[in-house]
This record gives sequence, C-alpha cells and structure tokens, in this order.
Amino acid sequence: MAEQQQQLTSEDIIQEENLVFDRTQLLTDNVFHYCPGCGHGVAHRLIMEVVEELEVQDKAIGIAPVGCSVLAYNYMDIDMQEAAHGRAPALATGIKRTMPDKYVFTYQGDGDLAAIGTAETIHACNRGENVAIFFINNGIYGMTGGQMAPTTLEKMKSSTTPYGRNIKQMGNPLKITELVAELPGTYYVTRQAVHKPGAVRKAKKAIKKAFEYQKLEKGLSFVEIVINCNSGWKMEPVDANKWMDENFLPYYPLGDIKVPEKK
Amino acid sequence: MGELKLMKGNEAIAEAAIRDGADGYFGYPITPQSEVIEYLAAQQPEERTGMVLLQAESELASINMIYGAAGSGKKVMTSSSSPGVSLKQEGISYIAGAELPCLVLNVVRGGPGLGTIQPSQSDYFQSTKGGGHGDYHLIVLAPASVQEMYDFVELGFDLAFKYRNPAMILSDGAIGQMMEKVEIGEQKPRMTEQQIKEKYPWATTGKTPDRERNIITSLELDSAKMEKFNEKLVEKYRTIKENEVRYEEIQCEDADYLLVAYGTSSRICEKTVEMARQEGIKLGLLRPITLFPFPSQRLAEYAQKVKGIMSVEMSSGQMVEDVKLAVESRVQVEHYGRMGGIVPSAEEVLQALKQKFL
Repeated sequence: MAEQQQQLTSEDIIQEENLVFDRTQLLTDNVFHYCPGCGHGVAHRLIMEVVEELEVQDKAIGIAPVGCSVLAYNYMDIDMQEAAHGRAPALATGIKRTMPDKYVFTYQGDGDLAAIGTAETIHACNRGENVAIFFINNGIYGMTGGQMAPTTLEKMKSSTTPYGRNIKQMGNPLKITELVAELPGTYYVTRQAVHKPGAVRKAKKAIKKAFEYQKLEKGLSFVEIVINCNSGWKMEPVDANKWMDENFLPYYPLGDIKVPEKK
Repeated sequence: MGELKLMKGNEAIAEAAIRDGADGYFGYPITPQSEVIEYLAAQQPEERTGMVLLQAESELASINMIYGAAGSGKKVMTSSSSPGVSLKQEGISYIAGAELPCLVLNVVRGGPGLGTIQPSQSDYFQSTKGGGHGDYHLIVLAPASVQEMYDFVELGFDLAFKYRNPAMILSDGAIGQMMEKVEIGEQKPRMTEQQIKEKYPWATTGKTPDRERNIITSLELDSAKMEKFNEKLVEKYRTIKENEVRYEEIQCEDADYLLVAYGTSSRICEKTVEMARQEGIKLGLLRPITLFPFPSQRLAEYAQKVKGIMSVEMSSGQMVEDVKLAVESRVQVEHYGRMGGIVPSAEEVLQALKQKFL
C-alpha cells in the first residue's frame, strides 16, 4: 500500500473524483485588497458560491457599500451597483421593485448599515422588501482607519475612543440585528461568523436561505456575519479570532434570531 | 389634437409620467408638490401600466431608490420641493457621477431653511450649478405653464436617457398648484426587459454569458483615471450646451430693453411687455426654457442690440449672474426680484425697469 502511494504523480491525484474543494467561478481573478486574516474574503466567496450553486448569476444584482468592501464589485462576477454610504437598502428597493424576478442583495458594514444608513435599513426591513441584506459586523470602521462603530463594545478601544468606549458619552453598542428581527417585514434573521470551518459552513447555509427565500416573496432576509478586524483591533489575526470568541461573540451571540414559522 | 383636461401642474406631471411609460416613481411628501404622489396613488399606476409607486421614508431614500432602478435601465422619477431637494442632492451627485438617467421635479418654495411654502425661484443656483458635491450639471427645464409641466416629463426623460444624465424640471409653487387646461398625450408602452437590455447595455439587468458584468459606480481611486472621467463629463456638458439650448422670444425683434425671466416670473413679464409697449417703451422678453444649458449665446447677441437687460426672478438675484456672464459687460444688466414667496406684479416690474434704465 505504502509503496503504491509513493508512486502517485500529481496527474494521478488531480482527478475529478478526488476533488474536495474548488474555487467558485464567480469570483474574479482580481486580488483581494483586504488585510490578511480579514473575514471579508470568505464572506465574498460564500455569497458567490451560493449564486453559482443556485445558478442565478444572470438574475443576481449586488450592492456594494461604503467601507472596506466598497470595491466588492471588483471581486464578484455579477452585475453590481455601488451605493452612497448607508443607502444600499434604498438601491435594493429601487431595483427589486422594478425587477421583482431578480435576486437582489446588499453587502454592508456596521457603520454603513447601523449608523449612517439606519433609516434605510429599518424601513427596507419594515416594508418587507424581498431582498437579502448581508451585514458584516466587525465593531470598527476599518477603511477610515479604526474609528468607533455603532457596534463597538463598551470599553473597546478605537482611534476615536482611545481610552475605550464610554457608554455614558457614546451610548451603547447597537444590536441592530435583534432590532430588525422585531419588525414584521423581516422573514429570516440570523447572526453568523466565518472565523472557523464549522462557522463557515453554517454561514453559507444562512446565505443560501437568504437567496432562496426571495422566491417566496415573504419579506427580507437579514444575515449578520461577525468578522474580525485584526488591523483595526491592532491584533495578530489569530489573536483577533480568539478575542472575537471571548469578547465580541458573548455580546453578539451566533445563531438564528428569527426563522420562518413552520406550518 | 389630444384629449383636453383641466389639471393642476403637479397632477399634470404625474399623469405625464404614467403616459410616458415611466417604470417607477419614488418620493416623499412635501408642500407644495404632494399632489404628485397623491395623484399617482389615486390613479393606481401599477394597474394602469405596471408603473411602480412607492412612498419612501425620506428624500434620501427616495433618490437612492431612483439610483438603483435607474442603474438597471428603468425610467424613474422623483419629485420634491426645495428643502427636500437639498436632501436629495447627495443622491443626485452620485447619479450624475454614475451617469444614470432620471427625472427630478423641484416645485420650488422660498428659503433658506424651512422658509415658506409659497412659490419662489431661489433654487436656481442649486439646480443649475450642480447642487451636490463635485463637478457636474443637471439638464434643467423650466416650465411656465401646466402644459409645459406635462410636456417636459417626456422631454426630460428623453434628454436624460440621451445623455445618461439626471434631468430636472425646475418649477415653483405657483405652477405646481395652479390649474390650466392640458392636452394629454397617448399612453406609451413601458419598455420590456429585453428592450432595456438591447438599448441600455450598461444597465445592471443580470450578467449573461454574452457580456462582461455591469458595474454602476461613481468611485475611481486612481486620480489620473478620475480626471479622465471628469473630462468626459465636461465634454458631455459641452455637447449638451451645443445642442439642447431652448428659449422663447416675445417681442424681442425691435426691443430697446430686454427682460429675462423663466417660469412664473416670465408670465408676469409677458404682461409687463404688453404694458410697456402701450406706453411706447420697446420692451421684449427672453424666456429661457432650459436653464442648463443657458441661452448665453442668444443673450450675447442681444447685448449688441439692446440698451439694457433686466433679469426678473423670485429670488435675490441668481440667474442674473448667468445673464451677466453671457453679455460680458457689453450692456447694463440689472436684477429685479421679490422673495419669501411673494410674486411680483407686472406693474412693479415695469416701475423697476423705468427706475433702473429710463
């Protein structure tokens, strides 16, 4: 047996029956601009894998935010629009209302979705727009250099809270996902992560549901994906993931918050 | 001749949008233009033509709904009044930057701030000079009657799609609220998705194997490329200036003095011309129909012939700056205006003319 394995060449191994992982064709060849260790790349890949598996490339329209993922359209090989800061859910509304057969999603960070775009977020959810919102929460403004986000934890340091977030001065970290789950217009609300293999698999399932549910026309699917920001948090990637488990996820617990009622 | 109807200016806009085959209206109520969305709601355009109607949570949201739909090649419009248009300026800048066609109606009221709900022309600057951030222009149409409110919907959409540029109908509270008879056009069909794909290959309609993905964006991080894009916009505005200037001339041929006025002011000035002529003063009126592009060339020609030009506006003097730029000091240019929602009378315009020139 051992002798046989030694004789295998790479041509012998690279066979279709041995394939365990393949890169989705719907990610372009552009090199990600994201920092090493950042979760955006995984989140991008999962969304494109789902679009590919559901065979809806010709019906998918994505909306990029302002923030680290402002250039998301450089990586996703689908038609995309770039929104003003916070307005992605309004763009999604305009697209979906005039083209109800499309699969429309927004991809937004915490500052975009839960600070400047709060009104657009709440009202798109409340109207029950049949779109998906992918909400990337890392508790910090990455692109502008690590300022406080609406989701920054109490006592968490950022460049605008250098001594830690003071709740009395800056208010509480906003659990907007729990908030939108209260609205009758949301159909599916969940919080996921992509920092461990198991979490990645669960996140992908959630993303898939968010696409599939659009066909039902029963309301908005809201998928929060908690990711690290090792640059903004000033940590090594591994430490950032550990810190996320120990500090971030206790405040933003993973799992479904609102699931469709079973008949 | 088409069907005649008695309509408010705001209603004429709404009916024209349905009949022109618009795909959607996204708006937010504000006086004095709320009849636009109210009329649409009563007409149930989704049933008449499949046109989408949505009352958004804010002007910000509504203009960004326009961005999304326009980015997919849809024929969509919004409307508001001055404070609401200020809020829309962010989105309008992005729409101009992404080169999307759309139609925005501004039924102007007096400002600044919350100001008044009465008619005004104090939004000339924010309409013709860009309005939001960055180097851009809207195509600005200035109706002076309810019929023109109706007609300029089709014209505005046509120009917007021709140049992939946002177009604005700059009206005011008087024209929005008053009733006149209007000749209504035939119902045009809305475009099918297939037609949109063929006519607007840039639109985000879903990537198909026969083309690259379409990206609607105003972002360019490379300064050299951004400058090239800015130059492309400048070239577009130059083409618009060459081809799309529209104006009306009333008794200008033998005029010694010229009034320049648009919208409601131009209606007052028509009467002033009549009164002046009865007194033997050879007065004419040049009414710009497009405010951007502005009829600068025509005014420059008059600068050689007339003894004086007076810009009449319901503002502290905004368009008068463009009149002065056009004539380049070759003739005396004055401004007469009322503000705060006051509409000047024909008599006081004539008085002002005499005071300034005679």
